[in-house]
Amino acid sequence: MKEQLESIRLATLEQIENAKTPAEIDEIRVKVLGKKGEITTILKQMGKLSAEERPVMGALVNEIREIVENAIEEKIKKINAELLEKQLVEEKLDITLPGTEFSMGKRHPIQLVLDELKEIFLGMGFSVAAGPEVELDKYNFEMLNMPKSHPSRDTQDTFYITENIVLRTQTSPVQVRTMLDKKPPIRIIAPGRVYRADEVDATHSPLFHQIEGLVIDENITMADLKGTLEAFIKNLFGEQTQVRFRPHHFAYTEPSAEMDMTCFKCGGKGCRLCKGEGWIEILGAGIVNPVVLEACGIDSTKYSGFAFGMGLERLTMMRYDIDDMRLMYENDMRFLSQF
Amino acid sequence: MDVSINWLKEYAPFDCDMRTFAEDMTMSGSKVEVYSSEKDKIKNVVVGKVLSLEKHPNADKLTICNIDIGEKQLIIVTGAKNLKVGDLVPVALDNSLLPCGKEIHAGELRGVMSNGMLCSLGELGFTKLDFPNAEEDGIMVLDEEWPLGTPIEKALGMDDYTVEFEITPNRPDCLSVLGLAREAAATFNVPFNEPHPKMPEGEGDINDFLSVKITDTEHCMRYAAAMIKNVRVKPSPKWLREKLRVCGVRPINNIVDITNYVMLLYGHPMHAFDHKYVKGNLIDVRKARKGEEIMTLDGVQRKLNDEMLVISDAEEPIAVAGVMGGEYSGVYEDTNMVVFESACFDGPKVRYASRQLGLRTEASGKFEKGLNPDNCMPALAKAMELVVELDAGDIIGGVIDVYVSPRTERKVPFDTNRINKILGTEISKDEMEKTLVSLGFKIENDTVIVPTHRYDIAKDEVTQYNDLAEEIARMYGYNKLPGTIMRGTATARLTQRQQFTKDVIKYLLGLGFYEIETFSFYSPKNFDLLNIPQNSNLRNPVVISNPLGEDTSVMRTTAVASMMNVVQRNYNSRIDNVSLFENATEYHVVEGKELPKEIEKFVIACYGKGKDFFYLKGALEKILWALNIEDVKFVRNTENTMYHPGRCADVIVDGEVVATIGELHPVVLENYGIKAKVCVCELDGDKLFEHIGAVKQYKALAKFPAMTRDFAFVCDDDISNGEIIDIIKASCGEYLESVKLFDIYKGDRLEKGKKSLAYSLVLRDKNATLTDVIADKCTTEILENLEKIGVFLRR
Repeated sequence: MKEQLESIRLATLEQIENAKTPAEIDEIRVKVLGKKGEITTILKQMGKLSAEERPVMGALVNEIREIVENAIEEKIKKINAELLEKQLVEEKLDITLPGTEFSMGKRHPIQLVLDELKEIFLGMGFSVAAGPEVELDKYNFEMLNMPKSHPSRDTQDTFYITENIVLRTQTSPVQVRTMLDKKPPIRIIAPGRVYRADEVDATHSPLFHQIEGLVIDENITMADLKGTLEAFIKNLFGEQTQVRFRPHHFAYTEPSAEMDMTCFKCGGKGCRLCKGEGWIEILGAGIVNPVVLEACGIDSTKYSGFAFGMGLERLTMMRYDIDDMRLMYENDMRFLSQF
Repeated sequence: MDVSINWLKEYAPFDCDMRTFAEDMTMSGSKVEVYSSEKDKIKNVVVGKVLSLEKHPNADKLTICNIDIGEKQLIIVTGAKNLKVGDLVPVALDNSLLPCGKEIHAGELRGVMSNGMLCSLGELGFTKLDFPNAEEDGIMVLDEEWPLGTPIEKALGMDDYTVEFEITPNRPDCLSVLGLAREAAATFNVPFNEPHPKMPEGEGDINDFLSVKITDTEHCMRYAAAMIKNVRVKPSPKWLREKLRVCGVRPINNIVDITNYVMLLYGHPMHAFDHKYVKGNLIDVRKARKGEEIMTLDGVQRKLNDEMLVISDAEEPIAVAGVMGGEYSGVYEDTNMVVFESACFDGPKVRYASRQLGLRTEASGKFEKGLNPDNCMPALAKAMELVVELDAGDIIGGVIDVYVSPRTERKVPFDTNRINKILGTEISKDEMEKTLVSLGFKIENDTVIVPTHRYDIAKDEVTQYNDLAEEIARMYGYNKLPGTIMRGTATARLTQRQQFTKDVIKYLLGLGFYEIETFSFYSPKNFDLLNIPQNSNLRNPVVISNPLGEDTSVMRTTAVASMMNVVQRNYNSRIDNVSLFENATEYHVVEGKELPKEIEKFVIACYGKGKDFFYLKGALEKILWALNIEDVKFVRNTENTMYHPGRCADVIVDGEVVATIGELHPVVLENYGIKAKVCVCELDGDKLFEHIGAVKQYKALAKFPAMTRDFAFVCDDDISNGEIIDIIKASCGEYLESVKLFDIYKGDRLEKGKKSLAYSLVLRDKNATLTDVIADKCTTEILENLEKIGVFLRR
């Protein structure tokens, strides 16, 4: 009997070893461990054994049963692992095939830049203000220290609706409206469309976008203007960007300045973009002329402020290396889908 | 403003290279746009002497010259006929460059080696006005002795630099050599050598020939005049011609050149005219009379109005003050006595006349910025000094000077604290004083006295410290000012309304629409293209009174036209699948209001495969869903002529129309030449914003199971899905969780004119498991109510 068991063990282990599929294993299981299986058959013969032999043999049977069961378990794991391995190989995808197409649109490049600017200024505590584009001459010019005969008006060729109504040439009337409406402290930016009678070409458009800013509070200085605008530019173009301020003239600010930044293309060495100067003019700014504050009912001995403004089209063209402003208003899908 | 650097140096002896000059002047407030020198455009051209002239053996028209250029002699072949032995000529050597861009190389001419070229006036970039003694056709012969081999740029005065400054309108004083020299002196910390010309003595008395009256004392501040007789018109000397040329002014003759020279030096336009055409020997500065006309120097007859300032003689206007003289206001061959006018007129008045007449001149450009009347006399004296120096005529004794409203020097308290407070600096009083003095200010007893040439300073008392602060800051250096971060805290966020716009844009992008930007104005022809009825309000736009052209002449009343232009462009580029939107402003005239109403619209459009009415409607529904807008109705609109009458709906939320959606009318599409079907939705931002849903409150997840029931109905084709759904909703009340149309059938298995609609309903009781009793009750209600409008269960 012992020999019989031993031969079952050896034969079974060999069969298990040679089995290839779960079905074969099952077959072996039935043949050896099933109700009519070889081991069960041996167990049935146990009655013939002596009382001494019986427990010894019983232990042996159990031991062998355990060995076989373990071998089956092991083999099934192995076969399953092989099957999985095979499945994974079969299921391999060409992951370079295109993804399922979802439709999604893109923001206009001007608005992308504007979004960025808004984020930066919101973070610096500026609210976003708006006002009409068809505007009173009074708000667009007169209250900004530019009476009807002022030569500064010549630099902004104006579209007139009537003698007293214009298409705003700048977003500054929003500043005036804000100052008339609110008491200081004021900290706003005013983005929007502005209009000047320029014929369309690669760098001009009768309509373009500006973003202006205004700060009014006690003790606002030229140093605050510099610090704020420098922080803004570094935020937008990176820490390595340098700025410089040049004296300039605007009727509604005094002192006035223009700000240049180091050319982001050449880093200030001089290239085609910056015409070899290393600097790019980026915005106009200045301390709000007290005349303007007084006209808007703000006490200029108590409050001071600064204002700044820049053209969005220029920034956008620089940001995306666009060489013709007209592209931005033609809205060709092949253009729009690039940003 | 173009200025000669050498001329500037006569009054401000700075010494630096051009790059530094340009940079430092720019940083102190006089922006240098560009600088250039005639010598940069010329290379390897020297003075040579003609030693011999021989006929070319193989060409009748050519001459072989032996030229001495100092270090050696050269054989050069020329075609010119005007040379003689001993002439000094410009010699372009082998590998030379001429201002016209021509490069010269040695080469054979008909078998004779020519080692360069002899140059004409034109080849050197000049005309006879620049060098009146030179031959126009032929080789330029120098009229001065120069060592042989001298670079030609030195001999012809081409080594000066022209500097172009951008002068801001507040600084008319800088539209002059002296003004810029003063700035340069302050910038480079060198003395400013201001000239003080003296009126030369003369014979006789000007008052015997001329009297001056200022009738309009409000607009003519000063009128000064001097006279000469026996005028001798001839070319000016070389030094004067050179200065003018470098400053971009063509030399004409000594009299004209003198007035131009003085205009450049002082920035003060002068006028010289023949005394014999001054009728009644009277100059009267007055307003033009109604109906008066003048033939201006450019030969145009011009109508004047009584707001224009003129210079008149005893009878009629002889010049438009500060703009242009009349036809006889020049100096002619038979002229003997010349009047030199140096006057000062009100800037806005000159600007007005210049605008009205459409006549902008060098003089009006300067006067309209407001010139300093204190310059009239020095300018006049300088002109008379030049008359003597150039022997242009004989001075008549005396001078007329009617100065009715002298400028006063403004005074500002020297409050350094105020100035430092504006700048955020701690600049010392000494440094401020030094800066101000270098710019021509005086400091007396803690008071800053503003020179009359700086009338831009302290115009208004409230701005006086800011004005001084700018002067200090620009000389101190804007870039040396500290940069500080503002004190105090400020918080900011988008308003709900701004956030709403941002959200809608975000949803549109997510749904596959590309954002566009279009002009806010267009041609009124767009109204025809869009099939807008003649009596529509949309045809009453805000009109631009001075448009660039018809294409940009009215403000848009509907942004659909702007959108369609973009759609058309893309369609014509053969792009077959397009989804676009614009966050656009429309401008609507409001009766009784000064300014139009500006309305924010979202105009959405699409065409291409699968992009039909329902595609766009689906997108709109998703946006409304995202905005938590629930009570939405689509109501057929057959009135809007832009759209297909059977494929257009108004979108109504809480009883208000917030949008219109539809397929464009075939006629409109034909007008734009588009063969695709374009669907458009116009969404009103403000109206939609009013209806966005409140912040949603959480509802507990359903605890009890739902029951699904499907129905198929048959009805006439005319009955809409919307009507059926309304009845289903009303019939089930709170038990209806959702209803969805899942099939539409029309065809052979139905009677003609009938359709079948299949719905799937989800019913649920929030408080208990739904019973069949309730579900059956709902079913009965639905069927009964639908039958009333002719909708029956399909069998």
